[in-house]
This record gives sequence, structure tokens and C-alpha cells, in this order.
Amino acid sequence: MSILVNKDTKVIVQGFTGGEGTFHAEQCMDYGTQIVGGVTPGKGGQTHLGKPVFNTVKEAVAATGATVSMVFVPPAFVGDAVMEAASAGIELAVIITEGAPVRDMQAAKACAVKNGMMTIGPNCPGVISADECKIGIMPGNIFKKGNVGLISKSGTLTYEGANQVVKEGFGITTAVGIGGDPIIGLSYKQLLKMFQDDPETEAIVMIGEIGGDLEIQAAKFIKENITKPVVAFIAGQSAPAGKRMGHAGAIISGSAGTAKEKMDALEAAGVKVVVSPAEIGKAVKEVLS
Amino acid sequence: MNIHEYQAKQIFQKYGVPTPKGIIANTPEQAVANAGELGGSVWVVKAQIHAGGRGLGGGVKLAKSKEEVRDLATEILGMTLVTHQTGPEGKLVQKVYIEEGANIVDELYLSVVLDRAAEMPIIMASTEGGMDIETVAHETPEKIIKIAVDPSFGFQGYHGRELVFGLGITDKAEQKKMIDFAKKVYTLYMENDAEMIEINPLIKTAEGNFLALDGKMGFDDSALGRHPDIEDMRDISEEDPDEREASQYGLSYIALDGEIGCMVNGAGLAMGTMDTINYMGGTPANFLDVGGSANAETVAKGFEIILKNPNVKAIFVNIFGGIVRCDRIANGILEATKLVDVNVPVIVRLDGTNAPEAAEILKNANIDNVIAATDLGDGAAKAVAAAKGE
Repeated sequence: MSILVNKDTKVIVQGFTGGEGTFHAEQCMDYGTQIVGGVTPGKGGQTHLGKPVFNTVKEAVAATGATVSMVFVPPAFVGDAVMEAASAGIELAVIITEGAPVRDMQAAKACAVKNGMMTIGPNCPGVISADECKIGIMPGNIFKKGNVGLISKSGTLTYEGANQVVKEGFGITTAVGIGGDPIIGLSYKQLLKMFQDDPETEAIVMIGEIGGDLEIQAAKFIKENITKPVVAFIAGQSAPAGKRMGHAGAIISGSAGTAKEKMDALEAAGVKVVVSPAEIGKAVKEVLS
Repeated sequence: MNIHEYQAKQIFQKYGVPTPKGIIANTPEQAVANAGELGGSVWVVKAQIHAGGRGLGGGVKLAKSKEEVRDLATEILGMTLVTHQTGPEGKLVQKVYIEEGANIVDELYLSVVLDRAAEMPIIMASTEGGMDIETVAHETPEKIIKIAVDPSFGFQGYHGRELVFGLGITDKAEQKKMIDFAKKVYTLYMENDAEMIEINPLIKTAEGNFLALDGKMGFDDSALGRHPDIEDMRDISEEDPDEREASQYGLSYIALDGEIGCMVNGAGLAMGTMDTINYMGGTPANFLDVGGSANAETVAKGFEIILKNPNVKAIFVNIFGGIVRCDRIANGILEATKLVDVNVPVIVRLDGTNAPEAAEILKNANIDNVIAATDLGDGAAKAVAAAKGE
């Protein structure tokens, strides 16, 4: 078992024929993901990577039965692309593109929610169910199959965390990179619930960072709803206030959004909080033995 | 991106948000001429820097004659203004805004920011104008009104009513003016992809008008492409030169006050690396994310920027290669050491795709001050030891 995506998931790529779209779609196909086609307006009717190209998501969905879209369009067109996916009946849009305007994402998220479409990202590595389906840009070989679910705002910390879990002799059910933008799709709460309900997942790693209060909301949720062990790391304990640390959303505003308040809240919720990402693997071993 | 007060006021005026009249000056002579053009007998001379707390720092002063305008402009122009937001090093004042005086009877607060939890903009208002809003939020949170506005539906009548009744404005004409004011600020926030607009104080004059006496605006960097007029307002002298240089090479760099330079791929891992160095008893000298497509040139540039900082005693290169192959990064590091004179120990941890090949490359190169590390913890420990001269 896994969450969100598996070997039967049919995926289209928005921005299929662009450089990034092409490279990563191919990597996903190599991993075993069922990429059934893609969308590039004006290139409908062509074949790319052996799959059909469509002008619109609506056509792509009708012809392929795809339920998930991987979005690689340039930042200025992300909002439009996500709304198109939502209106075409896509169930989950995984938005990889970095640098989409916040206002566009605000509108796109509202549209997605209204249409019952889940979103992941933007500015994220995507989602991977080990040995089944990779939708994103992460190096697939790190994610060996196992019983740990992983949720992270950061791409490279997702790899770091997964790698340590594997080195300790465990593996991953599904890993989800939720992105570090101010407005994101699926967040800790929804994903924690999915991992709680997934019989194969026995422990959950959540990696957060400074800025916003999603980790605090997650702490409250864990206290009331999650019985599986959770290991957490919050990046940015040594980050100065008022500075944007790479991710658009990673900023301590005034006195709010610090690593310390998040770590305290998670600890109070019974989460095993580590102070360095180097300790994630060991902590997982500890909670699982 | 942030802009100056005088630029924010230009935008307010474009949207019909009332402000006092004012003119920007680069010299004391211009300041005096501006005072003459504005007329009246009282002017305010205001230092233009991207930081709050200018008044307390001595950067905002009242002049009651043109001679006083000249004296104050002479004093403020060229001064290094230190406020609670500039840090101890302060900021050099290069422009002053000369503004007509106003008959202030009341000081309010109004801002529009993104509420990340609600996922929509909120209008925040308070009767406690002129105070730091963080202090108000801490000491008297009940005095802050928060009104979320869903952009799908826009600013409605009830938003305005919540605002004016919340602020205790009872006069009908004043209510109308305040609602109109807030609606225009919200509109400009949305239309310009602003990240934050803060008016503190928003004053009520003896004539019963509401004016933006101050104005702070920040914009979404990702949306500047569609706002060339705002991009034109960028003042590069307000930006850290190293951060700016780094960004031109696709690097995200922030200087800190420690001793261990960090070069990492990915923002999260970069923060995690700093945290690990701290945890092990060291201090990070910087945040540096080389991005997902690090190559020899960007790695060399990274070394160059890190080494500009004289406090750096060791460098920790921490790369988790995903799509980027570690052997390429290893070669990049070798190239970089040829391009830049690296005179401190460099601890290198390369993990992920093709890590064994990368280790082999670094081993064969056998460079004196390059020390290999097996994982994040090992690398941080070695970097901390190296910085201490161990």
C-alpha cells in the first residue's frame, strides 16, 4: 500500500514537450510511472516520448482517463494550468514549477478546492510511492520500499531523510514534497491522516521549516488523531528573523513562525523531534523498535 | 522587493488613496526648493531607507522654516541611520522626502497582508496607530481588527462595516471616507501583487480626512515580471551587494555572523546544515543554496562569495545529489579550487547519485585542504573541528 499514487495511477504532464517536462517525464517513465500523455497547447496530435500530446487537459483526460497531472509549465502560467486541470476533472495536480506568483496560486488553490481537486506544491519535488510510481523530480533510486511515510517542505531534505531511513534498514511507503511556498496544496494535516489510514505505513517523518504555522496546526492534529509514531525536524533554528531563507515561505515574520515554537508544539504533541537532520534515521529506528 | 515611502506614496496617489503632498530631494537645496513648492509653514523632513523606526532613530524631523528644512536635510542626508530594523550597522540615507505638515487629531493603523492560514489577504486595522504593530499584537491583541477578504468575491460592504465599526468611527461621512480608503488599498494590493502594505500611522486630520502619513510596501518577487513599473522602483543600494551578486548566478546567499561557510544544494538542507553546525558547537557564516543545477561555475562563485567574508575559518560543502550527479559536483569543486584561492579547510560531503565516483575523484585529486566526509553529521563535526583549528 501507499498513499495518493500507485502503479495503476495514470498521469499526464502539463508542459510535456518543454525541456524540464521532457527530461523528468522520461525519468518518471523509467521508474515505472504510467505517463499516458501530455498537454502542450498548439502541439496537439503530435507524439512525444511515444505518448500522445493534446492541446487541452480536457482532451487529454477524455482520451487517456488520466487522474493525475504533473505540472511543469513556466511560473507565469502555473495558475492557469492548475485551474485548467481542476476544471477538466483531474483529481490530483502535482506542481513542480518554482516561482509562481502567490496571487496566482491563491486563485488556483481556491479553484482546485472548489472542484474537488487535490494539489501538491508548487515548488516541490513531487510525490513518490516506492517501487510503484514517481511523479516529480526526486532521484527514484533512494526511495527503497518500506514502512515509513515522509512529508517534507524541502526537496533535498526529503532525499536526506529517505536516505537515512533506508540506511537504517527501513524504507518508504510514500514520500510527499509539499513545497515551501506561502500557499501550498496538500499539507501535513491531510497527509498525516492518509498515512495514519495506510495499513503499511508504521511511522511518519515530517520535515518542516520556519515560516507560517502549518507545523503548529499539524502538532494539534497529531495530538488528537495520530497514533503512529512521528519523527520531526524543523529547519531554520539558526535562521535570522525577517530574512527569506531560499523558499518564498521560509521567513520568520516578527516573532512568528520560528523553528523553536514549532519544535515545542510538536514535542508537546508527543512527536520525536530531532535538532539536526542528521538524526532523522536514528530517530526512526528508535520509534520503530 | 521593498520600495521607499515616497514611491509607495506615488502608488497611493495613483489609486486615489489620500496622502499629504510631498516631493523627494537628493540635496539640501532641493529640499528647500521642494518646501517652497509645497507652500505652507510646516514641513516634515523624512529619511528614505527601507526600514521602519526611522522617527525614533532621528530620521524624521519637523521644520518650521525653510532654513530649518535646509539644516535638517543637511543633517539627515548622508547620515547612517540606525533603527531596530536596520541592525547595528545602520543604513546610509541618500534621499529625503519633504512633506507638508498635517493637523493630526488621531493616529490609526491599516495594513494588508497575506494570511497564510486563511490563504487570502487580510486587512488589519487598529486604533493604536504609530505603535509597532507587533507590540500591539503582544500587549493588546483585542485592539487589532482582522478582516479576511476572499479575492474570488472581492471587497464587500460588510468588510467596510466591520472595519469602521471596529475602529469606532461613527460619523457617516468619515465612515464613507475610511471604507473608500481601505477598498482602494485592497485594490492596489491585489492589482500589483503586493506582499504587504502597511500604513502606520494612518492619520485623521482636523478637517476630518484620512491620510496615509507613512507607507510601506513589499511585492512578490515572483510577480515582478508583470509589473515593470514597480521593478523600476528597485533601489539596489538598499540590497546587500553579496546577496545581489549571488542571485545573479542563481545562488541564494545570506550572510550570517559565524565562522563556517556553507555551500549546500536546496534551501531546506542549507538551513538544516546551519542547524547541525550550531548543534555541534560551531557557528554558520552564511546560508547558501547553490540550487538544483549546480555546476563548476556556480560552485566557484559560491566559494568566491563565501571567502569574501574574513570571518570564515572553514567551508562545509554539503550536497545531496539527486538528479545532479555527485561526480559532476566533485569535478566542479576541483575546478573551483583552481579558479579561486581557497585558503581554508574545505569539508566535502557528497551523497546520493554517483557518490562513490565522486569520492574517488576527490581522493585522487589529493588536494591538501579538501577533507572528505561520509555524511551530514560527520561533515558538520569535521567542519566545526577545522574551524577551531583542530
